[in-house]
Amino acid sequence: MMVVAKTNRLTLGPLLFHWPENKRRDFYFRIAEETDIDTVYLGEVICSKRDPFFEPYYEEVEERLSKAGKEVVRSTLALITTPREMQATRDICATAKGMIEANDVASIEAINGKPFVIGPLVNVFNEGALAFLAQKGAKRLATLSELSLPAMQALTSAAKKLNIEMEIPVFGRQHLSISMRCYHARAHGLHKDGCQFVCQADTNGMPVQTLDEQDFIAVNGVQTLSHGYVALTQELETLQQAGVNYFRLSPHDTDMVQVAAVFRAALKGASDATETFKKLQNLMPDVNFINGYAQGVKGMAWEEARSSNQL
Amino acid sequence: MKSANATSYLELVCPAGTPTALRTAVDAGADTVYCGFNDCTNARNYPGLNFNVEELAESVAYAHERGRRVLVAINTFPRADDMAPWHRAVDNAVSAGADAVILADIGVLDYTTRKHPNMRRHLSVQAAASNSMSIKFYKDNFDIKRLVLPRILAIEEVASLIAQIGDVEAEVFAFGNLGTMVEGRCYLSSYISGCSPSCEGSCAPANQVTYEEKGDNLISKLAGITINSFGKHEPAAYPTPCKGRYQAMGKTSYLFEEPFGLNTIDILPQLKAAGVTALKIEGRQRSRAYVAEVVSKFRQALDALARGEHVDASTVQLNAIVEGGKETFGAYKKGWR
Repeated sequence: MMVVAKTNRLTLGPLLFHWPENKRRDFYFRIAEETDIDTVYLGEVICSKRDPFFEPYYEEVEERLSKAGKEVVRSTLALITTPREMQATRDICATAKGMIEANDVASIEAINGKPFVIGPLVNVFNEGALAFLAQKGAKRLATLSELSLPAMQALTSAAKKLNIEMEIPVFGRQHLSISMRCYHARAHGLHKDGCQFVCQADTNGMPVQTLDEQDFIAVNGVQTLSHGYVALTQELETLQQAGVNYFRLSPHDTDMVQVAAVFRAALKGASDATETFKKLQNLMPDVNFINGYAQGVKGMAWEEARSSNQL
Repeated sequence: MKSANATSYLELVCPAGTPTALRTAVDAGADTVYCGFNDCTNARNYPGLNFNVEELAESVAYAHERGRRVLVAINTFPRADDMAPWHRAVDNAVSAGADAVILADIGVLDYTTRKHPNMRRHLSVQAAASNSMSIKFYKDNFDIKRLVLPRILAIEEVASLIAQIGDVEAEVFAFGNLGTMVEGRCYLSSYISGCSPSCEGSCAPANQVTYEEKGDNLISKLAGITINSFGKHEPAAYPTPCKGRYQAMGKTSYLFEEPFGLNTIDILPQLKAAGVTALKIEGRQRSRAYVAEVVSKFRQALDALARGEHVDASTVQLNAIVEGGKETFGAYKKGWR
């Protein structure tokens, strides 16, 4: 029997920021009740020190999301160095009800052949790496930041042959780097070991400017993100036509229910690229949007697509 | 690849950006030299650097005649639909007689394992294998014989990791430029310039670097983005994005790291005790004079260490050529985080 590939699925990536646990729980309740997002990724990706805060709420949130008909995928840490982090990763891989999103090769090892999602913090740039991971049980590729539209298309075409689903991030600050050093703590004159969880104050990351006051990047603990928010409004239709199955929204401290509605309308064809972009601008008047990587230029740029079907 | 000289001996792995630098490194006492082809397949893809196939074959012969080894770094990530240059680079390294290839991409590792099963494979620092589970993945699937550890671990963690990875050898960075991000997992340069260190092999490409005078200050820019500003008496550093000065919370600072260079000459006994097999000197982009200086100083220090002598760091004056003129142990000391 032919398997019909899922299309036009909307996903919510893992929350990258350290929100207070109540805020985080209520956020997911609202996602469960008020959105038609298909898949929600849950779990701490950036800093294992944050893990204990949300742990008591995890089951309740997962249950609420599942009851609302949403697929729940458990995301794992991006940078694993300590025995405790390794054990936590093994535990998640052993006990998760649904699929795991691997954000480090270590998780792929721990998953041990079960179906998994290749997360955007694993370097899969090409069909060779994708084909190898397909043999290891990869079922879906959530792509990394630094891909152009032609690269997304080429990977999508390779993924189809490998029976792998494609997921492209279309909204939110873009991952740029990860470190052992906590830059959030450093900016507050602290070290990672005694960080006082200063990252919690910046619910969308800590904005950073250049010396001549140009908006530059955002810091989220050990992670560096783009300052601008990716918005692949112009590229959406091309990606749909290429056969991309999932479109990922990264959670930010903004009205994500509305953001989901905006992208759902676009995926349905009820709103064209210009209108979709305008709606995002209206929702977030202070945010700069970017799409440089997708357009094949520097990541921090916003480029008008030459035409809706430039490829 | 235990050292030819003695088993308790730390192998000295040295950079060569050109065939001349390779001979210099060999003559100065490198046990092993690493280099790359002059294209996007290696992570130091800068104009005027690196080797063509003939140069590599000649250089391998020069090293082998003197009992030394040559490793070829093919450690960038092919973009989708463009794997051929990486496959060709691996084939060429094999035919030139190189002793091992240093790889990062899972697709390139898979190709090499299938096509050249007998070619020795090292895992590049660009693969960022920072724990025993990741290393097991690369060992079980691609039979890697050695990994280059990310520059993010404290010495205690290096020792603990080496104890967990069986017969996979560990190579660690001992000297040179020090990035603060996990290698192979940093897109800052492409975010600013459009040129990807991961895929094209050059971070902060020189053709996009400019310096502008503004009053008494010198402003360094990458692709038009201000990375730093230096006062009259400050030495102007190269505008590598993770070494810049930026503003956050109303304060100007080196957000990520001061412009220090890594120098481990004072902690060689600890690295040896941690079970490290090989020490790596960074700097394929640096001059022949740098190679001669650093390699010979490390050779002296390692010979003294092998004889059981105390290494007196003050006799090994390297601070003058460390980046920014200032030294750090980097992540090897825990307080760095």
